[in-house]
Amino acid sequence: MRIKTKSDDNAGQLSLTSMIDVVFLLLIFFVMTFKIAAQEGDFSVKMPLQGESSPSTEVPDLPIKLRLKADAAGNIADILVNDSQSFGSDFAKLRAFIVQMTPGGVEGPSDEKGPEVELDLDYGLKYEFVVAAITSVTGYKQGEDIIRLVERIKFAPPRKPAG
Amino acid sequence: MARRKFSTKAAEGDMTPMIDMVFQLIAFFMVLINFSQDDQNAKITLPTSELAKPSEGPAEFPIVMHLDKDGTIYMGANIASVDSIRPLLSTEVAVLQSQSKSAADGNIIIRAHKDAPGGKIQDLINKCQEMGFEKFALRVKEEEVK
Repeated sequence: MRIKTKSDDNAGQLSLTSMIDVVFLLLIFFVMTFKIAAQEGDFSVKMPLQGESSPSTEVPDLPIKLRLKADAAGNIADILVNDSQSFGSDFAKLRAFIVQMTPGGVEGPSDEKGPEVELDLDYGLKYEFVVAAITSVTGYKQGEDIIRLVERIKFAPPRKPAG
Repeated sequence: MARRKFSTKAAEGDMTPMIDMVFQLIAFFMVLINFSQDDQNAKITLPTSELAKPSEGPAEFPIVMHLDKDGTIYMGANIASVDSIRPLLSTEVAVLQSQSKSAADGNIIIRAHKDAPGGKIQDLINKCQEMGFEKFALRVKEEEVK
């Protein structure tokens, strides 16, 4: 009688074909759905409702009022600090001014204390200019490091367009 | 003349390195893939900022709002305007309250289009303030390297 041994060629081998098929399908799925997205970040704005019951004892160390004027197309027309100093539409000049005004300590500003900027903008001003203004007053990049200037940012009541 | 026979085994290459590599590729894409639809909206082009850095940890109780340049707000599957956002905010407040939290604990993440009027964002913040929200995050994207 012939005894069948396990040493036959195909008996001990697994077929890899089906697994490779599935694996390639998975790979194609992930490659197709993969999207390289730009890194995103947040500017934090802490703004409790200003009510009659809200504590008004918290006075910022250095209140800065930033007025942003827009032209008819919604582009930036003028930047005014504390209703006196005008920087045209140059955000770099605004940053230089804020750097002068805020001699940042070792620890820099914090959420609780330090200068506070109030943004007062024209209703139609494009959001990208608002972000540019916030970027200018929040800090700047020195190499890879970010030097923080102002952490506390709030908005003035909106200026509704007439009519 | 004796003919040389090719065995069937000689035609099979070694699949192990290829499978190793394919699995590594799958692992790479699986780690990087982002299925979350909350943070994405094709209609929104975020403004750029050189200071855009992702926050250290995820915000607690995030409520993501997309505001396009026409002033339409997208919250999950819901669409509203600044004037009709209150019912959606009430729902969010109810969810927070069901977890023994208040509106002040929620984090409103505003993803607004770069050409949206700034006044609309102020209006939206005002509406949220009226509902008791205090913490807002204006989302921007990293400046592209030129």
